[in-house]
Amino acid sequence: MASRKIVLHFPPRLIEEPVICRLAKQFGLDFNILRASITPHREGRAALELTGEPDDITKGVEYVKSLGLRVDSLESDVIRNDVKCTHCGACVAVCPTGALAMNHVTFEVAFDKEKCIACELCVPCCPPRAMEVHV
Amino acid sequence: MAKSYDEINDKIRQGKAVVVTAEEMVGIVAEQGTKAAAEKVDVVTTGTFGPMCSSGALLNTGHTRPRMKIQKAWLNEVPAHAGLAAVDLYIGCTEMPENDPLNAAFPGAFRYGGGHVIADLVAGRDVRLRAQAYGTDCYPRRELDCLISLDDINEAMLINPRNCYQNYNVAVNAHADRPIYTYLGILRPNLGNANYCSAGQLSPLLNDPCYRTIGIGTRIFLGGGVGYVYAQGTQHSPAVARQDNGLPLGGAGTLSVTGDMKQMSPKWVVGVSFVGYGASLNVGIGIPIPILDEDMAAFTGVSDADIKAPVVDYSRAYPLIEGDPLGFVTYAELRTGEIDFAGRKIPTGSLSSYSGAREIAATLKDWVQKGEFLVSEPVQPLPGRETGLKMHLLNERPIPAKEA
Repeated sequence: MASRKIVLHFPPRLIEEPVICRLAKQFGLDFNILRASITPHREGRAALELTGEPDDITKGVEYVKSLGLRVDSLESDVIRNDVKCTHCGACVAVCPTGALAMNHVTFEVAFDKEKCIACELCVPCCPPRAMEVHV
Repeated sequence: MAKSYDEINDKIRQGKAVVVTAEEMVGIVAEQGTKAAAEKVDVVTTGTFGPMCSSGALLNTGHTRPRMKIQKAWLNEVPAHAGLAAVDLYIGCTEMPENDPLNAAFPGAFRYGGGHVIADLVAGRDVRLRAQAYGTDCYPRRELDCLISLDDINEAMLINPRNCYQNYNVAVNAHADRPIYTYLGILRPNLGNANYCSAGQLSPLLNDPCYRTIGIGTRIFLGGGVGYVYAQGTQHSPAVARQDNGLPLGGAGTLSVTGDMKQMSPKWVVGVSFVGYGASLNVGIGIPIPILDEDMAAFTGVSDADIKAPVVDYSRAYPLIEGDPLGFVTYAELRTGEIDFAGRKIPTGSLSSYSGAREIAATLKDWVQKGEFLVSEPVQPLPGRETGLKMHLLNERPIPAKEA
């Protein structure tokens, strides 16, 4: 078994399609929806964690791409601009998963992308605006 | 055995001074005691790096040809105060562009304000200067729209009327049933988080709590360059409640500081945005403290475990100015990332960068060790607790009715 966090970008014509459900039914994948939203331009965005056999995950991802969705890995979704970050720690109390955590030796904020679920709570609370969302 | 400023400066010039950071001093005092520490250590360097809203820049842009007495000015669309001589402008770090939505769509993002203009200038970036004037015989020009940068202009001085707060509140949200948006960050309901903003044991005024060595004329690290304390800061309140060791139990002393922006680094002058609140400026400040005697060793030897900060409710008590602090916690507790408070564990967030404060104290230590930076005896001390000075509220005196 393997798991992979991805972000699906739905073009307006596909936002009403039950794509995620088909991933589960056709490829036997467990999915955990971490976040989902639809923009005013009717583009959809869903962050998922897929769990299943590695081959099935690959096939599932290929399938959604063939439908016309763009697929990114979640790690590239929220990134930290290390030039801007002052390591103050304003983000650590709002990060729900501990992806942003203060290192109590260096007193620098460590960003563990593996733990990030792209909830984006850190984005507005960062005073120098170092947390950036790349869509 | 007391040491004089001159003796310490002689050692610095000879490269023989023993210089440690305030964090290193904690261990030295704990292990060797204040007497031995005072004999061994000559200078303790401090640092702090956080948002300091009472900050701004005084710019002299150079005269235009023909001359212009600028009456209104905007820097990257952020208004600058032009009510000075012809081409002197002051831009405050919390100023916002006139077309910014502010909090109309609450909470506003406050993405770009005066602090960002100042940071752009320090970073050497071009800034658009737009200005208007009414025209006079000696200053006929009325319109100006051009790019300027730090190199182009005559003077650029950071002039900050209140920086370096000696201790500060820990902010929580005790009463609102929604997140509140403050200058101490986003505070979640029901004591969801506690935010603080002090370098604690590294903070300048917490290492000289009674202002024995930090006063008017003190040479400091300001934004990566050399600056000076030019007065006590606004709202300087030395007579607040203190612990027996002199440490204040909340915001107390403050400093007015100034320095040449052309020496500064974008690393230590950073524009910041507080969602729902406004724009500000992160300023890096470091102050060397001469260890004149055993008392100064004791003051600089305090640790985060010794320094207490008041926990204040920002949903009601702070805005309405009512009630007492909910309690006190130490910076040692705050820095663990969680405080035990009101019977629960509350995650903590910091607005002030401790690693930044550490780096500033280390940089200043390096400057002093190299003999490049001497300690300075204050030209005039700051008012101390014996003055009874405390900030007070505005006395809103009513406008008298016009006599018939």
